[in-house]
Amino acid sequence: MKNKILPFLIFFIFIIIFIVFYKGLQNTNIYTPESKTSFEVPSVSVKLFNSDEIINTLEIFNSDKFYLLNIWSSWCVPCKQEHPILMELSQNNDLEIIGINYKDTKKNANDFLKDLGNPYDNIIFDNKGTNAIEWGAYGVPESFLINNNKIIKKYIGPLSKGSLEEIKLFIK
Amino acid sequence: MKILKLFLVIFFIFPFNNLKADNEVLKNKITKNLRCLICQGQSVYDSDSEFANSLKIVVDNKINEGLSENQIYSYFQSKYGDWILYDPMFNKNTYFLWLLPLLIFFVGGAIIFNKFLKKQKKSDINKNER
Repeated sequence: MKNKILPFLIFFIFIIIFIVFYKGLQNTNIYTPESKTSFEVPSVSVKLFNSDEIINTLEIFNSDKFYLLNIWSSWCVPCKQEHPILMELSQNNDLEIIGINYKDTKKNANDFLKDLGNPYDNIIFDNKGTNAIEWGAYGVPESFLINNNKIIKKYIGPLSKGSLEEIKLFIK
Repeated sequence: MKILKLFLVIFFIFPFNNLKADNEVLKNKITKNLRCLICQGQSVYDSDSEFANSLKIVVDNKINEGLSENQIYSYFQSKYGDWILYDPMFNKNTYFLWLLPLLIFFVGGAIIFNKFLKKQKKSDINKNER
């Protein structure tokens, strides 16, 4: 009896292993970071770009408006690519755009904004890149859509036309 | 003068640097257990990317704030999920990962023990038949 079951059992196990590996072959091997969007706006002290004033992040995101937090830098090429989208979004009165200037110098950042326009209502100066870590960011550019002190959507990489439409839908 | 000499002797003999060195050892230990999420197969300690360098500064700051090793791991876990830790903590998402080797060990042990018992029984029966 036992000898009869054993070949079936081995066959069955091999079938399961085959299915698992076959499914695995179809998976992409490019790692895309998990977008953790369930957390709230971190409460940390930050330095403002224009005034050098040190304030808490909760003071910036204090109303029930929609906020788009954008991490950018003058040395980042994809940031230039997404800048027109930010400029378009800055015309929307229901959305406030907050920038985090990541590992940059004030001079280069100011030149960047002079050349391409300033879509930001407020800019946080993060020359060491530690503020971006508080937000769970991986690098530049990255954007977070925030409402009622909660991150509702995270965009890793430059904003696209698709993300622009999505943000507009959220604000509506 | 004597007091000054005594002070200098204490200053040079007592290894004040050890206080800083302990923090450095802890920082290295923590950064070796943090995965550089934008690199391929590198820890934060090994990597020189912008992301890893920022993380090293944050680890340094957290140690200076007086956070323990586990508190620092929990902090990064809350920001980036379990994937950032090479050695994930025991929780509802990882219990299977932690318990599977133990389970395999016990099941394997039970099978070997069973076989051993059967073999002994057989040899006992053979002995009795003789």
